[in-house]
Amino acid sequence: MSSQDIPEENLPAEQDAHGAVGVADEKDPFADPGLPPHEHRVQDIDERAARRSERTVAMLFTVSMLSTIGFIASYVGIPHDKSIFVFPIGHINALNFALGLTLGLALFAIGAGAVHWARTLMSDEEIADERHPIEAPPEVKAKVMADFKQGAKESALGRRKLIRNTMFGALALFPLSGVVLLRDLGPLPGTKLRHTMWRKGLQLVNVNTNEPLRPSDVAVGSLTFAKPEGLEEHDEEFQTEIAKAALMIVRIQPDNIKDKRELEWSYEGIVAYSKICTHVGCPISLYEQQTHHVLCPCHQSTFDLSDGARVIFGPAGHALPQLRIGVNDQGYLEALGDFEEPVGPAFWERG
Amino acid sequence: MSTTESSESRARGKAPAGERVADWADGRLGIYSLAKSNMRKIFPDHWSFMLGEVCLYSFIIIILTGVYLTLFFHPSMNEVEYHGSYVPLQGQLMSEAFNSTMHISFDVRGGLLIRQIHHWAALIFLAGMFVHMMRVFFTGAFRKPREVNWLFGFLLFVLGMFTGFTGYSLPDDLLSGTGVRFMEGAVLSVPIVGTYLSFFLFGGEFPGGDFVARFYSIHVLLLPGIMLGLVVGHLILVIYHKHTQFAGPGKTNNNVVGMPLLPVYMAKAGGFFFLVFGVIAAIAAIASINPIWSMGPYRPDQVSTGAQPDWYMGFSEGLIRVMPGWEINFWGHTLVLGVFIPLVIFPLVLVAIAVYPFVESWVTGDKREHHILDRPRNAPTRTAFGVAWITWYMVLLIGGGNDLWATHFHLSINAITWFVRVAFFVAPVLAFVATKRICLGLQRRDKEKVLHGRESGIIKRLPHGEFIEVHEPLSQEQLHTLTAHEQYEPAQIGPAVDENGVERKIKGTEKLRAKLSEAYYGDEAQIPKPTVEEYKEITSGHGHH
Amino acid sequence: MKKLSARRRHPLAALVVLLLALACTGGLYAVFAPASKAQADETAQSLAIDEGKKLFAVGCASCHGAGGQGSSDGPSLVGVGAAAVDFQVGTGRMPAQQPGAQVPRKKVIYTQAEIDQLAAYISSLGAGPSVPTEAQYGPDGADIAKGGELFRDNCTQCHNFTGKGGALTHGKYAPSLEGVAPKHIYEAMQTGPQNMPSFPDTTLSEQNKKDIIAYLNAVNGDDTVSPGGLELGGLGPVSEGLFAWIFGLGALIAVAVWVAARTAKAKKS
Repeated sequence: MSSQDIPEENLPAEQDAHGAVGVADEKDPFADPGLPPHEHRVQDIDERAARRSERTVAMLFTVSMLSTIGFIASYVGIPHDKSIFVFPIGHINALNFALGLTLGLALFAIGAGAVHWARTLMSDEEIADERHPIEAPPEVKAKVMADFKQGAKESALGRRKLIRNTMFGALALFPLSGVVLLRDLGPLPGTKLRHTMWRKGLQLVNVNTNEPLRPSDVAVGSLTFAKPEGLEEHDEEFQTEIAKAALMIVRIQPDNIKDKRELEWSYEGIVAYSKICTHVGCPISLYEQQTHHVLCPCHQSTFDLSDGARVIFGPAGHALPQLRIGVNDQGYLEALGDFEEPVGPAFWERG
Repeated sequence: MSTTESSESRARGKAPAGERVADWADGRLGIYSLAKSNMRKIFPDHWSFMLGEVCLYSFIIIILTGVYLTLFFHPSMNEVEYHGSYVPLQGQLMSEAFNSTMHISFDVRGGLLIRQIHHWAALIFLAGMFVHMMRVFFTGAFRKPREVNWLFGFLLFVLGMFTGFTGYSLPDDLLSGTGVRFMEGAVLSVPIVGTYLSFFLFGGEFPGGDFVARFYSIHVLLLPGIMLGLVVGHLILVIYHKHTQFAGPGKTNNNVVGMPLLPVYMAKAGGFFFLVFGVIAAIAAIASINPIWSMGPYRPDQVSTGAQPDWYMGFSEGLIRVMPGWEINFWGHTLVLGVFIPLVIFPLVLVAIAVYPFVESWVTGDKREHHILDRPRNAPTRTAFGVAWITWYMVLLIGGGNDLWATHFHLSINAITWFVRVAFFVAPVLAFVATKRICLGLQRRDKEKVLHGRESGIIKRLPHGEFIEVHEPLSQEQLHTLTAHEQYEPAQIGPAVDENGVERKIKGTEKLRAKLSEAYYGDEAQIPKPTVEEYKEITSGHGHH
Repeated sequence: MKKLSARRRHPLAALVVLLLALACTGGLYAVFAPASKAQADETAQSLAIDEGKKLFAVGCASCHGAGGQGSSDGPSLVGVGAAAVDFQVGTGRMPAQQPGAQVPRKKVIYTQAEIDQLAAYISSLGAGPSVPTEAQYGPDGADIAKGGELFRDNCTQCHNFTGKGGALTHGKYAPSLEGVAPKHIYEAMQTGPQNMPSFPDTTLSEQNKKDIIAYLNAVNGDDTVSPGGLELGGLGPVSEGLFAWIFGLGALIAVAVWVAARTAKAKKS
């Protein structure tokens, strides 16, 4: 249906203020007046305006070409490590800036040209297209059902139950091979999550200096991170081991330690806690030295290091594990064993 | 229509080369029949109908730039020492994945640009899908026959989230590594099989040496492959169903009014691809994204504050941040509710919006096709549900960024967490009630407009001194548009006694449906359309205003 | 004595006496000369302490007590050292304006000379870390990459990847390190102001601190290059997401509105 087909009385120009309003029925009180007549754009009636549009489109396409040349020129001409200062942005990489803007402009100009062309020079007469119901007519449906029945009957699947059952059995079983093949994706957990590298006699090594720590190094109010002696960054298993063994060491005045076991496992107020959050394993270490609270930057679980590292806020479910420490013959801090409970996030077998 | 005519007329002499190629293809592919039904396919014009195109084009941009990135990226976790041109990392140990991403960013000309286009396009792709989905939701475009396409779109959104997450994790930088660690913790919380799943996923203990390579094949092959299939299906269905349209003069449920594919939409949609690409390229030129060199390589004992995922995963971050730390120990086992409950709610948040169309069609019992879009105000319950869902989602996003709101608005992080805990339950309800009232208010306004005309702003003094505002009557087009929407009657429970006088058992679902239907379409849930009588009475009575 | 008097006439006696006399003079000089210089310094020092004490009585004593021993409103300053004073007053944190979760960085109200006098007074109350010298925090001999690793080990958890700051519990926060003088960063690490833990030289060596400062200057200095363009606050995915929504999707919707809009119609004549 195009605008010419609309009955005259529905054209807006024919309407006066009231009275001529077409009334349809109870459900839709106002009848559909049909598509409004097509109105011309300036470009449709004024050839000069159309020429202007044509020139604009051509100019946009030309801008795009020039931009592409600019892109290639930037690629060839600008060293990749040159930085420039661009006013509101700051110091940025010149090549990235030049390539991005020229590429962006080249593409945008093509798009803008095409759209301007479509909007001003192509026909803007609205066309109506009929829809057809998606559901098949009853005869088609009947034919399909009949065909299906015929096919099913010819296959004899319904009659020969043995074939049907064994076929379903075979089809149901074979994907199991695929599942079995996934077995070697990884080893079984075993008790790996329960142990870390720490054992009796391992010295606590300061990660900053890579030197073992003496009790006198650790001042009240300071924060130090430690790793087990013998674990070096170049080791193949470094990432996996440090993911469990990382320690956070603080010193609290023994009088301020509220938890009896914590004091017992400390050395003169020096306490060593696992750095791995018991929530989902972020390296927790936002230590507030006045409150002795330590906050996890990922999900804000808060632990009180002066009270057995119990949870005082947030989503973590249990306290940070503490490592029992002492001092060896040479006067260095050492572990007196592994953690007594698994470090890091809780899991089903943790108990 | 005119295409066939002209080709016939030319076929007498020797056909031009283009036509001969087309003939060749038609003989093998049947392209003429295909073109007959599609070349002049009509698409209605409305800006919100182009949101889907934003998604499609950003998806294409992501694929193009992604292929380029694979040429340089090494999906390996082998340790290497950095010797590239970025000074503050020189000599640092890092995985090859990180090293090659550094190489792309600093030593491949244009590599940084392509990386930034890829990442910006990904954020925009997901944001576009979100808005597109909401457009479809609020206009009721999901109704029959488009429910399947709604699900395709929903799946694309969910798969897009995971494709984004795996891609974000590939550079193996400190920020994304923290995200992967979070994922490991979440997997561990699954009862019974959690530890096994985690060990199978990471090839042993976290982080191990496998996850980058595994995520890589998921990110570049598995998920995009499925998505590509869904995108094609989505588009075929859009063309097959023909686009929906808003009510208006000449627009009925049996037609579609707009511009033909050839030439107008070819130019507009084709041009729009370049516009989208151009805008994203310009953004990548001026704004930095995921500067991995600032974050440094991943080490499981290091972390930075402000550790957040990309925005589309932000609501899950909110869930996990505000959950209380519940943990139950029994018979040597641990049920990590503090992590597992958010892990379960995470898909439920998404499913809540995905199943809504099916709930609504069950309540209305409407089996007809719908091609005319609703104005959101005319479907108050649906609109209120949608706004409540968005509110819910936004509350969780706020929870996901609680540390940044705390520092930027000088608030306590604990207070924000508590606010989110309460708002999680309360805010959607408030949003629902408020939205429904606003919708009804707007319906009243429409009715008022139909009956009394548009307020012209002209004040007139009558001879006896009274001042009145002149109301201009609406045109037939406007009157029709404002009253074209459908109003359902609340469903009734059938008679409790059948025709033989035997008492029929009324099922619980039937009662529930009647109740919901009353809530949707009862007296208090919609403003009746003006009737013919009302209109006639008013217009004949006060002819002058 | 007898032996000595007997040898008085020895031909070498004069030489010995001469040598002794020389040794005594030299020795005496050695003993007295520096001592007198120290005395002069001490006077300057005690002058500074006196001045500092006056400043302290006016600006600080109301909270920290007349003798710096602390009160319910402010901690004891005995033993905090000059570095702590230089940091707290030098960054404008002290004197504090109002109680709150945390004392913020403000405009500095004392001159550097006054700060030095205050510092002198406070360090006279008890020994503590002294103000670092340029040689300690300057860029010479610093390893930027090592500093980066140390920064990620010790600092990013609170101060963010490039020192943009972050949230702590109950309204407390780790401040942004942008525009903070290297000296003050050094002092903060050494003294652990407010809730920040300290990183004494025994666990984070002088060289470590120097490296960290050099790294910070490289990634968050005045002419740090952000290769990709706008840093968006350096806050990570949250600001990136907001940018993508507002400017990315916003721009694309604006474009879509233009693409779909009706072209202006010719005026009916």
